[in-house]
Formats: sequence, C-alpha cells, structure tokens
Amino acid sequence: MTVNDKPPAIEVQGLDKRFGPIHAVRNVSFSVRHGEVLGFLGPNGAGKSTTMKMITGFLEPTDGTVLVNGHDVKTDPISVKSAIGYLPEGAPAYGEMTVLRFLEFVAEIRGYSGEEKQQRIDRVIELVHLDSVLEQTVETLSKGFKRRVGVAQALLHDPDVLIMDEPTDGLDPNQKHEVRSLIKEMAENKAIVISTHILEEVDAVCSRAIIIAAGQILFDGTPAELRAQSEKNDYDDAFRTITTRFYASQGEAGQS
Amino acid sequence: MNSNVKAVLKRELYGYFHTPVAYVFIIIFLFLTGIFSFYLGAFYERGQADLEPFFRFHPWLYLFLIPAISMRLWSEERKTGTIELLMTLPISVTDAVLGKFLAAWCFTAIALALTFPMWITVNYLGDPDNTVILAGYLGSLLMAGGFLAIGSCISALSKSQVIAFVISVVICFLFILSGFPLVLDFFQGWAPQALVDVISSLSFLTHFDSINKGVIDLRDVVYYIVLIAFWLYANVVVIDSRKAN
Repeated sequence: MTVNDKPPAIEVQGLDKRFGPIHAVRNVSFSVRHGEVLGFLGPNGAGKSTTMKMITGFLEPTDGTVLVNGHDVKTDPISVKSAIGYLPEGAPAYGEMTVLRFLEFVAEIRGYSGEEKQQRIDRVIELVHLDSVLEQTVETLSKGFKRRVGVAQALLHDPDVLIMDEPTDGLDPNQKHEVRSLIKEMAENKAIVISTHILEEVDAVCSRAIIIAAGQILFDGTPAELRAQSEKNDYDDAFRTITTRFYASQGEAGQS
Repeated sequence: MNSNVKAVLKRELYGYFHTPVAYVFIIIFLFLTGIFSFYLGAFYERGQADLEPFFRFHPWLYLFLIPAISMRLWSEERKTGTIELLMTLPISVTDAVLGKFLAAWCFTAIALALTFPMWITVNYLGDPDNTVILAGYLGSLLMAGGFLAIGSCISALSKSQVIAFVISVVICFLFILSGFPLVLDFFQGWAPQALVDVISSLSFLTHFDSINKGVIDLRDVVYYIVLIAFWLYANVVVIDSRKAN
C-alpha cells in the first residue's frame, strides 16, 4: 500500500477536554491517513463534535496535541486551518448573504482572487448542485440546501483533510446518497473524518470506524471488525453491544 | 490592510446593508442630529455660522446609537454559530477583530457623511470656518471609533445582543462622564489625586470638546487612538479566551 507510506494527515495524541466539571473528552488518540475515511460514531453528547472542534482549532484542548499534516494546531493554527475543509455541526452560514456572496467571502479568506476565485466557486457549485439557489439568501434555503452550502464551503479549496460533522443530517435519502458518493469519490487522496449516528453510513462510506462514548474511544477498527463484534453480524447490534458493555462497566465502577 | 481584514470588512458592510439595521440607523441618526441641532442647539437663534450646536450632541446620540451598531458584531456570530465557521477559516483573531471594527467604523463614517446638508446649510446661510467644521467631523469620527471599540469588545462577551447593548451603553456612559462630579466624587474621597486625574482625563467629552472647537491637539487624537487600540486588544483577548471553554 503506497498510501500508507505517507505520514498521517491527522495525528491526535492524548486529547483531553474539560468544561469546568464536565470531562467531555478523555485521553483520545488516533491518526488518519490519506485515503482513509474515518467514521466517528457515538451517542449524542459523546464528545464527537468537541473532538472535531479541537482538531479544527476552534476549541483549545485542555491537554494533548493535534497535528495536521505535521502542523501543530496550537502553535501554527493558520497552516492547520488552511489545510482543513470543515463542515461544522448544523452547517452555520451567514443568513443574510446570498449563496454566491457567501462562497465568495470564504474564497477570499482562503486567499483566492480574480479568475481562480471564480473557478473554485464554479467547481463547488457544480459539485454539490447549487446553481438553482445562487442568488437566494442562505436564511431562505431549505435544510438540505443549507447543508450543501456548508459542504461547498468546506470543499472550496480542495482540501487535503476534510472534517464533516454530521454531513448528511437532515438530508432526504437522495441527497444523502449524493453526499455519500461525493465523499467516496474524494476519498482516494484525502483524509476524511465524518461524524454520524447513522450506522449504515459506516458501511456506505467509511474505511474505518471509531466509537466514542463519554469522551472515550471504545472501538477503533474497520467496518468489518465492527460488525464482527456482534453475534448477528450487524452494525446496530455491534454498536449497542459495545456501548452497553461500556456503560455497564461504568456503573459497576461507580458502585464499587 | 491585508486581504483577510478586507474580506471581513466587506462581509460585515454587506451584512449592515442587507439587513434593516443600516437604514434604520441612518434615518434615525440623521433625524435626531437635525432635531437636536435646530431645537436643543438653537442653530438659527444663536446667529453664528458654525456647526457647534450640531456636534455638541454627538456624544449623547452615540451613547445609544453606537452600541446598537456594535452589539451584533460578535454576539450574532456566537448566537448563530457562524463564529465556528469564521474561526476555523485561516484568519487570525486580530484580522477578524480589525475587519469587523473597521466595517462598523466605515458604516458610521457613511452615516456621518450623510449629514452633509447641515454643512451646506451653514455655508449657505453664512460664512463659517470650514476647517473648524472639518475638525468637528474628525473629532466626531474618532469618538465614534472609541464607542465602537468598546461595543465590539463587549459584544464578544455575550451571545445576547440585548445584554451587549445595555452593558456597552453603561460603559460608554461612564467614559463620557468620567470628567464629571458624578463619577469623580465616587473616587475623590479615597483614591489618590493622581488616579482621580487619570480618570477625569479619560472623559470622552473633554477630548471631544477641544476638537469640536477646531483645535486638533495631538493629545486628543492620540487619546482616541490609544483607547481604540486598547479595547480592540481586549476584544482579541476575549475571543481567544473563548477557545478554552
């Protein structure tokens, strides 16, 4: 595998995050290589989004390091942010702007101007099919279109590392299918991390899955290995087995 | 000015003019400056060809109008979650703060420029000293910058625009009045005279009055620039500290 000879695109080491008394992420370590699609699974509030926010430099970890293409997010946040395309949870965008103006703004911050800016914007508009809503303001868009604007914004600079927090949330089945095919198409030369609680998504797009609950990594392996955790050879069952086993052991620890 | 600052500035100005904020502000500002100078300021009756009655009320107008401009700068980003988008783009906090502040300042400058009928009127009626008027505009713009820098920093502290507005008004009020007995009496009893002098020298009004009279003292200009720089720096610190929680 030539792909694996490259250094990892994302390297997370001992990541820890506390919000006051809440210990949101506990000693999380993993790495993602180019060509990998990592699915981040876990119950709501497990720490998936918090971990992503720390990788993208929005939140500062309490402890631990994040390297993206060898750049430390703490000491060189601008290089990290230049390398990453990020779709935050809920795909926030400036509501009063038209889709086109919004993409222009992101392109300008990403350092594009003139002809190149136009080409970059045209490319993502085609990629996620935004041409029908270009002159509409973001706040008037349906949830599906809003999500696509978020995806477009993340793909604008054809990033090496793509991080998407629930990219298919709120999309109809056709749109879900489109986004998944898009992710698969891009997977070859990018490192991609997506979070989801739809387990079928793991099967559809991911080459690796991490299950995280209460801020800890409970499982890290291929989708096939995940399925093998279940007697029924089924993702949902495997997920339940792993998380209930964890919560049960937590309960016991609490009692003793 | 680098391209990131420019991009944010453009976006913010776009934001002002694509929401009712800009139009409401400009109309009310023009209306009130007119009312104040003609009625309270006795623009005609005093029979002098200058804009002193026009500028005299600017600090008081700004006290309520500027926080209304600045309150959205960061509160709105935090409320709608777009701050996560902005802060994960390759832009430094300083550039983002500067871009937003300059946009709000440009916007105020536009509103101020639209008071030009006052200037035309006074030139039509008499023969004013236009350099004094120009100094008045400069002083007013600098003072607006001071108010805006305070408001921008406060808006970064809260998700709620209402809270940002109220706290900004209170802080701006203290800055306006810091040369007056209302504030000074509070310190006079116990604080050393040096501190009382410092506080009284922080007043917006004293620094504005001399510029308004046509005297551009470098110290007054420096005062406003330092004030703006200080609050913008505090703004950067506030945004940075939010990363930790």
